[in-house]
Amino acid sequence: MIRLEEVRFAYDFARPVLDGVGFALSAGDRVALTGPNGAGKTTLLHLMVGLVTPQAGRVIAFGRERRVEKDFVEVRTRAGLLFQDADDQLFCPTVAEDVAFGPLNQGKTKAEARAIVHQTLAELGLEGLEHRVTHKLSGGQRRLVSLAAVLAMRPEALLLDEPTNALDDATRARLLDILAGLPQAMVIVSHDRAVLDRLATRTVRLENGRLA
Amino acid sequence: MSVLAPCPCSGILDAARPRTERSLVGRLDPRTRVVLAVLFALTVVTVASLSALVLALAAAVTLAVLARLAPRQTLRRMLALEGFMLVVLALLPFTVPGRILAEPLGFAVSAEGLRQAAVIGLRANAVAVALMALVGSLEVVALGRALSRLGAPERLVHLFLFTIRYLEVLEREYRRLRLAMRARAFRPTCGPHCWRSIGYLFGMLMVRSLERAERIDAAMRCRGFTGRFPLLDDDEPQRPGALDWGFGAVSCLALALVAGLGA
Repeated sequence: MIRLEEVRFAYDFARPVLDGVGFALSAGDRVALTGPNGAGKTTLLHLMVGLVTPQAGRVIAFGRERRVEKDFVEVRTRAGLLFQDADDQLFCPTVAEDVAFGPLNQGKTKAEARAIVHQTLAELGLEGLEHRVTHKLSGGQRRLVSLAAVLAMRPEALLLDEPTNALDDATRARLLDILAGLPQAMVIVSHDRAVLDRLATRTVRLENGRLA
Repeated sequence: MSVLAPCPCSGILDAARPRTERSLVGRLDPRTRVVLAVLFALTVVTVASLSALVLALAAAVTLAVLARLAPRQTLRRMLALEGFMLVVLALLPFTVPGRILAEPLGFAVSAEGLRQAAVIGLRANAVAVALMALVGSLEVVALGRALSRLGAPERLVHLFLFTIRYLEVLEREYRRLRLAMRARAFRPTCGPHCWRSIGYLFGMLMVRSLERAERIDAAMRCRGFTGRFPLLDDDEPQRPGALDWGFGAVSCLALALVAGLGA
């Protein structure tokens, strides 16, 4: 689905974060991406959906090479990225509006969007939150709602950036159950042993700019 | 803080909180309240006669009573305004030329200056009280929607809602940084170390805000944002009801009276 070829990326030219990285995600894959802090795991996810552009190498997503911002608009609706900090993702006043934001951008009508909101929240067991105000949710609720906002776009792949970070045990277990039941291909950045054991079909490690 | 930031931050965005018992003003359509507030402000700034302004202030206080504003909280907010106005008002009688009324300590107090001070004081207070009663008690989300339905530029409405949404996030960030400073025994004193630290604090806050803005932008683009905002209205906008028309009519009458007195 998504393939990176010889990708090189550096914030500071002398010390590249990614130095010739090759990676491929196929349907059904659940890849755990590990590595030390600052190794460039988040950057790798951002590269896949074009939030940063590589200085060298190619990004091939859903059958086409993607180069410029315009190419990536489609990629982003087909590969949903879950951010580390849910506060970055939930910017609408209410939960319903936030979950509907993606579908509306995809050109759905208001009625369709509302139906998707109901369905997605119900699937995640979050029905009660629909009219809640986003910034008043607890940390765990925020994470689940931001996952709902990503899933509402019906993506084919999920890119999860430390999904279980800073969650209590109950919420973490609930999130793991949800993720384990999803059909999408996933890339999961995590340090969490349980996530890797429970979800991952394979593990790759990013260190010193290279994948192993 | 301006007089327009009335809610404590914790309650600022709570559109969904059901009110068990609502005041007369609270039952009005948000659009009615915004339009009335604008009309009121426009009328009050155009009239100059003292009697008209006293009437306007009385109308504003009536509104505040109808909106059931908490008296103590309202007074505290008013104090912020008065503190600012006091300087201007205290200087006016001495600086405006005109018929001299008295000369305490050799400074001449003019009748025109005194009158102007009274006009400005009445005007500012009338507008402030009316705004607090009509707009200040409105939930921010409802206010944003009302503005957008009244045809305010979308961009401004979104800017407004974003500001409210992230004000609290930034405040949290500020409090975290402050706490981290206190945890390492920082105490605000007078001296270069303190000034430098406070400088770092605000510098860091700015850098973080900028980064936060970039991440929010990235998150929005990830969900297909291309610069246009689709709006999901919770319900079809209701038409203003009999209460709105009635309240609007009575208010317009009162405003006409104020304008007539002031002409």
